[in-house]
Amino acid sequence: MAERPDELLPVGGADGAELTSATDVATARRAARRDGFAVGLATAVYGISFGALAVASGLDVWQTCFLSLVMFTGGSQFALVGVLASGGVAAGGSAIATAAMLGIRNVIYGMRMKPLVTPPDADGRPASVWRRVAAAWITIDESTAVALAQSDDRAARTGFWVTGIVIFVGWNLTTLAGALIGDAIGDTRAWGLDAAAAAAFLGLLWPRLKKFQAGAVAVGAAVVATITMPVLMPGLPVLVAAVVAVVVGWFDLFSRRRTE
Amino acid sequence: MTTWHIILIASAATLALKLAGHLVPAGFLERERPARIADLLTVALLAALIAVQTLGAGQDIVIDARVPAVIVAAALYALRVPFVVVVIVAAAVAAGIRAFT
Repeated sequence: MAERPDELLPVGGADGAELTSATDVATARRAARRDGFAVGLATAVYGISFGALAVASGLDVWQTCFLSLVMFTGGSQFALVGVLASGGVAAGGSAIATAAMLGIRNVIYGMRMKPLVTPPDADGRPASVWRRVAAAWITIDESTAVALAQSDDRAARTGFWVTGIVIFVGWNLTTLAGALIGDAIGDTRAWGLDAAAAAAFLGLLWPRLKKFQAGAVAVGAAVVATITMPVLMPGLPVLVAAVVAVVVGWFDLFSRRRTE
Repeated sequence: MTTWHIILIASAATLALKLAGHLVPAGFLERERPARIADLLTVALLAALIAVQTLGAGQDIVIDARVPAVIVAAALYALRVPFVVVVIVAAAVAAGIRAFT
């Protein structure tokens, strides 16, 4: 995920910004739509890797597609199937907890997106419940990032909806394709799918490592997970490693910015 | 607990979190410290998942073809190679090493 909305949060370019001329707004919205399609299509493609990995970890095609339809947040989806791959159904509790904790950032995205994407209508009536549920459903890293990158509120709204809808449709189609491919492959280790899963997590992590503090947490969490692996049930090392984030975040340790 | 139970509970939890952001008044999580912890939580969980996925085999730590594959993946991400390409190359590296050893 090349987009990293939480880094944009303090800047909040879209807030309260209103372009005055109608032509400017039309141009800004066209640009937002273009951004949405570009980011959306690029993101949707890697639904293939999710589909294949989910099937490799023991899910059937239906279960895999259900996750992309309902959970629809890549990090949590990869995490759930990753933990199930290492610990099976016995690690179900850890798998659920890991997926849920990775979904917490979507709460913050939602709070930021709500006033932008579901404003009251012209008569001041609040947006319908269905519209709000739909907005929540597609609130993910990419839709939030594209919205926050726009300089006008209406363009931000366009960017959010276009990105979210393009990814939702694309991600579900590619998940199905990946699941069918994974189903046909058989011996997933021989095809290196276990290494592909690790590479997928690394891809989700990479854009989040710009600050020194994040790098320190990543190293600490990886070390904790590794040394607890032999002594804890599969699934638990990941949860124990989350404590690193709580401690470092609470006391704001290592908070100097890395010089680039 | 069956696989379906796990999937349903986890999906309900993540969907509930998304809805909470849109339906519950902003507050707690917008403060600096909770926001920072939520941000770092994502980093810690992903890093831990990488460690387990690269080195774990049940409860054992095993160094095998996954390690060079992940190192290659890191190098490619550093070069800004797209996600899908990196994932495929990583799988190919691991598969290649296993095929020839």
